[in-house]
Amino acid sequence: MNNSKRLLAGPYLLWMTGFIIIPLILILYYGLTDRNGAFTLANITAISTPEHMKALWLSLVLSFVSTVICLVLAYPLAMILRHRGVGQKSFIVFIFILPMWMNFLLRTLAWQTLLEKNGVINGILTMLHLPSQSLINTPGAIIFGMVYNFLPFMVLPVYNVLCKIDDNTINAARDLGASPFQTLIRIWLPLSFPGIVSGITMVFVPALTTFVISNLLGGSKILLIGNVIEQEFMKGSNWHQGSGLSLVLMIFILISMALIAKYDKNGEGSAF
Amino acid sequence: MRKRMIALSIVAVTAAFALGGCGKTASSQESGSGADGGSRELYVYNWGEYIDEDVITQFEEETGISVVYDLFETNEEMYPIIEAGAVTYDVVCPSDYMIQKMLENDLLAEINFDNIPNVEQIDPDYIQMSRAFDPENKYSVPYCWGTVGILYNTKRLEELGVEPPTRWADLWDERLSGEILMQDSVRDAFMVALKKDGHSMNTADEAELQQAKQALIDQKPLVQAYVIDQVRDKMIGGEAAVGVIYSGEMLYVQEEVADLGLDYTLEYVLPEEGTNLWLDSWVIPKNAANKENAEKWIDFLCRPEIAKANFEYITYPTPNKGAFELLDEELQNNKAVFPDKDKLVNSEVFSYLGDETDAVYNNLWKEVKSN
Repeated sequence: MNNSKRLLAGPYLLWMTGFIIIPLILILYYGLTDRNGAFTLANITAISTPEHMKALWLSLVLSFVSTVICLVLAYPLAMILRHRGVGQKSFIVFIFILPMWMNFLLRTLAWQTLLEKNGVINGILTMLHLPSQSLINTPGAIIFGMVYNFLPFMVLPVYNVLCKIDDNTINAARDLGASPFQTLIRIWLPLSFPGIVSGITMVFVPALTTFVISNLLGGSKILLIGNVIEQEFMKGSNWHQGSGLSLVLMIFILISMALIAKYDKNGEGSAF
Repeated sequence: MRKRMIALSIVAVTAAFALGGCGKTASSQESGSGADGGSRELYVYNWGEYIDEDVITQFEEETGISVVYDLFETNEEMYPIIEAGAVTYDVVCPSDYMIQKMLENDLLAEINFDNIPNVEQIDPDYIQMSRAFDPENKYSVPYCWGTVGILYNTKRLEELGVEPPTRWADLWDERLSGEILMQDSVRDAFMVALKKDGHSMNTADEAELQQAKQALIDQKPLVQAYVIDQVRDKMIGGEAAVGVIYSGEMLYVQEEVADLGLDYTLEYVLPEEGTNLWLDSWVIPKNAANKENAEKWIDFLCRPEIAKANFEYITYPTPNKGAFELLDEELQNNKAVFPDKDKLVNSEVFSYLGDETDAVYNNLWKEVKSN
């Protein structure tokens, strides 16, 4: 290793230490101690109370459903994008990235205004004499919010992988008599698998831990595990419990990192 | 809409500064001493939307002290930050029960009232009220007070065929299904349920709390959403028929309804069973680095014309009698903002119940939420 390269890595190492490693150690410290600073596992085993298990289960269900919906929407879209001309392609990708320039909180707040009982969408529906929707404050609204916010994280990795598949491979499959369905199952899907895994984790993990979406679109009536942790920090003044539960959630994040490492060895499916 | 936009920008700004903010304030703190030895800085920690920003500028111009102004959203969020002392604030504005908690945990400094001559502008009633949490009136100076009540949409209730609410128990009326906005905070939500059944909102009694929890679970299907500040905008938008709201929002609500020319009116009622009578006061943390500046700050805010400017911006009732006298008569007689004292007989001030009871409340609230 030559020294100048090491120096260049300095700022990054500093950043990583200050904003990733130290905070993680703090969470670990708070999660494993009680208010008096004594070691305890109670903050972690607290996940087994009925309320916490219910919140965790609900989070898992909602984020699973959102991930499936994202995948079903994103895959065909990525396929279509792949076949478009360069100009059109980058335009559509641009359209997808554009909302991400705006703050995530504001976009979710905007959906609240749109979906409300006397909101914009119902205003238009009533004007057209159509029955009004009542999605707001239901689990459906939370799934909607998750899909809306996280869809680009599915589209981009899948699209990136699909672009790298050589047309000749597809043509070869056709020449050898594979039906379109067979081509999809035996060629497209296996070759794009790294992108799919990467997309799934990039949607599933933030969806699992969200508390903003359930607060704003679920009317705080639906308690997700993210909300429990938020409550411990913001309303309960109990950083220990909040950190303990965060550690439990980290297990899911580690599992998804392991999945990426296993199926996306070359980083093909990375989004950017 | 002005306030709504401010709320949005505050959310955005705090989100943006959540990472970088703390480090920055801590480092600039060291470089702030003036040539004469007295510091020229003041670290203020206050609720969001809880001051007329011009007042800060005026204070800075008048005293030459530069103010670093940070915001919190809940008392519970503020407490660990003061306790940990990573950022040393000089002056903080918590609520009643939280002041008691800070006092019991020895986090507050005695205020030197010689430096705050304007404290005499505060109505003695509120100094008296402060004794609930600051028994000797040594640690706090009242800033805003108010009640919690029910805001209702007259037209919507008429459509539903429900008479206007007068009691908390009316929030359990099944005809109001999907039309109720409840407060999304542990103590306030339990206050509603406890008061409904005639219990003290400061109870630690297991049976009473279980009863309140069950009441809240029973009410949940009727509730449209649990919200905090959004009650205001949702009620103005006609989203719900009734909402539990802080009295200080009333002026804004009434103005907004008039400005928008809505075809319904929103009325405020203090429930018969009594309610939460709250007081937010300025306190000085024990580790404050600029205590004298903090006292200057408090004194400045107690000036009648400054208190009036803040009242006009915040619209939460002011305990400052000098400022009250400067108000229009119409405003002085607005019963939603300044209720008659005899309407408050059943009301209580929150007290700090200890960490264990707090944890009981929190767990019961989780049971309600996850049900």
